[in-house]
Amino acid sequence: MLISALVVIGIILIFISVFSISDNLIQIEAQKQGIDTQKNNLSLVPSLKDLFSKSSPSYVDKNNLHRLNKGMDIKLAGAASDEVHHAPVARYAVKPQDFRGISPIPKMEVTEGDEVLAGQVLFYDKKNPNVKYVSPVSGEIVEIRRGQKRSISHVIILGDKEQKHKQNTPIALSNASRSEIVGFMQESGVWPVINQRPFDIIAETEVIPDNIFISTFDTAPLAPNLNLVIEGRGEEFQKGLEILARLTSGKVYLGLDGRGQEKPHTAYTSATGVEKHWFKGKHPAGNVGVQIHHVNPIKNNGTVWTLKVEDVAMIGRLFLSGTYDATKVVAITGSEVTEPVHYKTYKGASISELLKDKVTSDNNRYVSGNVLSGTQLPIDDFVSDAHNQITVIKEGDDYELFGWLLPITPRPSASRTFPNFLIPGHEFEANTNTHGEERAFVVTGQYENMLPMDIYPQHLMKAILTGDIERMEGLGINEMSEEDIALCEFACTSKQPLQEILRDGLDMMREQA
Amino acid sequence: MGLLSFLQKIEPDKKKSPFLHTLYDGFFTFAYAPKTVTKGGVHIKDGMDLKRTMVMVVLAMQLAYVFGTYNIGHQHFDAIGMYPGFLEGFHLKLSHGLIKLLPIFIWTHVVGLGIEFWFAAKKGHPIEEGFLVSGALIPLIMPPDIPIWILCVAVAFAVILGKEAFGGTGMNIWNVALLARVFVFFAYPTSISGDEVWVSGFEKVAPGMAVDYSWAHSMFNSLFDWIGIATFNANAAIHDAYSGATPLALAAKGGWTAVTEQFTVAQMWWGTIPGSIGETSKPLILIGALVLLLTKIGSWRIMLSMFLGCVFMGIIFNAWGATPFMTVPWIYHFYIGSFFFAMAFMATDPVTATSTNVGKWIYGFGIGAIGLLIRVFNPAYPEGWMLAILFLNTFAPLIDYYVLDSNIKRRMAKPSAAGGIIRKDANSQIENPVSHA
Repeated sequence: MLISALVVIGIILIFISVFSISDNLIQIEAQKQGIDTQKNNLSLVPSLKDLFSKSSPSYVDKNNLHRLNKGMDIKLAGAASDEVHHAPVARYAVKPQDFRGISPIPKMEVTEGDEVLAGQVLFYDKKNPNVKYVSPVSGEIVEIRRGQKRSISHVIILGDKEQKHKQNTPIALSNASRSEIVGFMQESGVWPVINQRPFDIIAETEVIPDNIFISTFDTAPLAPNLNLVIEGRGEEFQKGLEILARLTSGKVYLGLDGRGQEKPHTAYTSATGVEKHWFKGKHPAGNVGVQIHHVNPIKNNGTVWTLKVEDVAMIGRLFLSGTYDATKVVAITGSEVTEPVHYKTYKGASISELLKDKVTSDNNRYVSGNVLSGTQLPIDDFVSDAHNQITVIKEGDDYELFGWLLPITPRPSASRTFPNFLIPGHEFEANTNTHGEERAFVVTGQYENMLPMDIYPQHLMKAILTGDIERMEGLGINEMSEEDIALCEFACTSKQPLQEILRDGLDMMREQA
Repeated sequence: MGLLSFLQKIEPDKKKSPFLHTLYDGFFTFAYAPKTVTKGGVHIKDGMDLKRTMVMVVLAMQLAYVFGTYNIGHQHFDAIGMYPGFLEGFHLKLSHGLIKLLPIFIWTHVVGLGIEFWFAAKKGHPIEEGFLVSGALIPLIMPPDIPIWILCVAVAFAVILGKEAFGGTGMNIWNVALLARVFVFFAYPTSISGDEVWVSGFEKVAPGMAVDYSWAHSMFNSLFDWIGIATFNANAAIHDAYSGATPLALAAKGGWTAVTEQFTVAQMWWGTIPGSIGETSKPLILIGALVLLLTKIGSWRIMLSMFLGCVFMGIIFNAWGATPFMTVPWIYHFYIGSFFFAMAFMATDPVTATSTNVGKWIYGFGIGAIGLLIRVFNPAYPEGWMLAILFLNTFAPLIDYYVLDSNIKRRMAKPSAAGGIIRKDANSQIENPVSHA
């Protein structure tokens, strides 16, 4: 009886293994032949994911949906409501250090007291004089602030009540060459918004990118709603996409929100001339770097461009009307903000004016951007060019009795040693305490769980620390950006400064290139 | 905040007395989470840190400690034929266990932490938490009758040569606790192997041998006398049929039948058998393993693959069946020896294990298979996990190297972009506007 049962089980096992091996071979063959480009399930049996995952809403294109299993959503208190207010801001600033790759003392075209129009040239880099940096608003230059070693840190403009724009003469698009388009963009000041990867620098004039990527949603903690950002700018956005398509030898890719909580704006879903990919997963699924990795990874010596949605619309506006429009929607967020909302303003708005009467407590940290990859700024500073968010959280400069063992307040954590999974919807009031001291790398597998990419972050970090250029490249440093590793840095048990290490590595790579 | 201001007042000067300052810093950060804030990089950090990680592992092995203490006493009374029931003479068993375990625990920490503090002061970095776990593991894997001086030498060897020589916590190649054990095993084979060391409280384990009680026993005796409960009997002696052999030793000699003549399966499962202090009780160790799995501190990949490796090897041996030990049914290999303890607490040490997920499968499977191989074939000492783990520790960097290498090859082999002509003369490539219009 027992023996016959064993024989039956044996036969079933053999049959299953033959079946699954041949099934696997089919899939491998399909991938090799290039049939299975989107990692579709070509298997004979439906995958567990297909069977058990919640079905995506109907607007999601299932054939171009990427499900990312790794990562983590950090829920913080103080998310901005969907109201968009007009911001009562008078002072704006352009900060040369916001543009990575520019020399510290750019050539100034204006002096204090000058009146400028929106779109008028403020300065340019002497190494690269074609690329102009322009004023986001019209008004008076009230201060040119200098930083260390006479470098220029801020060009501060007092904005007019009625904005006046510099009128650029639009070029005839239909028969313009690529270099004419590039020249027009550089002259009119929209060029610096194009970010070039690897290294996250301002796009180089002579480089034709393999592809251009735009993420239309942001999964970072308290991130602004990018549907609000594009509201009413659909036409400009579409025009911008068309221009960008002419600048690359490959495609323009749009990353859309496939999580199913909110339908992406029609400006995104109905965009034409681009390839749309949907992403479903936790943070950092909305990071453009993660999307590049899954759609069309950066090749050896390859280059891609990435842009923010409002910057695409700005480029579109330039080609539609000839004006430089630095309109920006900034989310005011964080547990210390009394009424977190979205503000409509211009690039480089004054933080103190945006936050006027909105922050009651003191001893706060003001962050331009999100809490993972943003920059700490004093309150009298200005929103950085790349950011459309301000986060205000408490400083955590307090001792805590047995804080490592029995924490008094709930805190976000990727670790299961905190009972956070019992309060899934809880919005944490996180502070800036490090919750521990820096240590050598001990725990393994932790970073891998935070990064939905086929990359070994911990080994990459070790390669950077040992300065092994070849290994850094092999382990995929060119696909990484600081914002992609930020979540790993948050979760790191050893409190290692991963973004700083990665930037060192990227700088090393850039010197080599 | 009275305690905080008091602690801040007594802070020793860093330059004048670096050792005291390191010591102070170690205890201060133990009491109070520091007030440092993030600077550059992320602005908020996870509540998890290394102290919490380490202490979770230590907490996970507390049941093994409690049972280990009891079992030292239980084995002692088993040898002299008294109190055979689980709860009979419970206070005596516990107090005898404490008398044996406390010196081991204290000396391990005095030596290990002392060296750790000294190196931290010397190198001017804060005390790292590595020895929290190593120090808690070492007593559990020692035989109860180990001479204290051998223990101290072993701990010093493991901490200095096994860890500090490599650069401290996070840098070591071999599991520190196992290095201490392997040092004892190789340096003092006569005093800690054989059937004698697993039972404590006698000068020599042989029938007729009288108990060997110390001043601590008489102290407990006067306490128990005063309460009016049973006391230690200084005239007791080992009964005639007693051998002191562990199930492993029996299995090596006579296979599973020899084991079951002495011990029942339930005894082996619950752990009232002779063995290293913390390794005997399987269910309590599995509870610890469950804690590590639920908190995701221990790698489930290593644990599962180690289990599978052991099953795989066990089935092969059953099919082969050349020696009595090989014929032990594979499932019973989990009842004897310290498989679960090695799986839960030793193999999962993240510093010495492989660091890639694929590597963890290979590493765990290797330990499971090789460990059982050593257990069955080693004539001198019928247990294999210690040697198997150290062996795979040695190969862990190599396994990782090949896993990473395949990732690198995959990335470098990706075809270059279609039409991706880059740099310098590139503009001419898509200069023709007609195709875009």
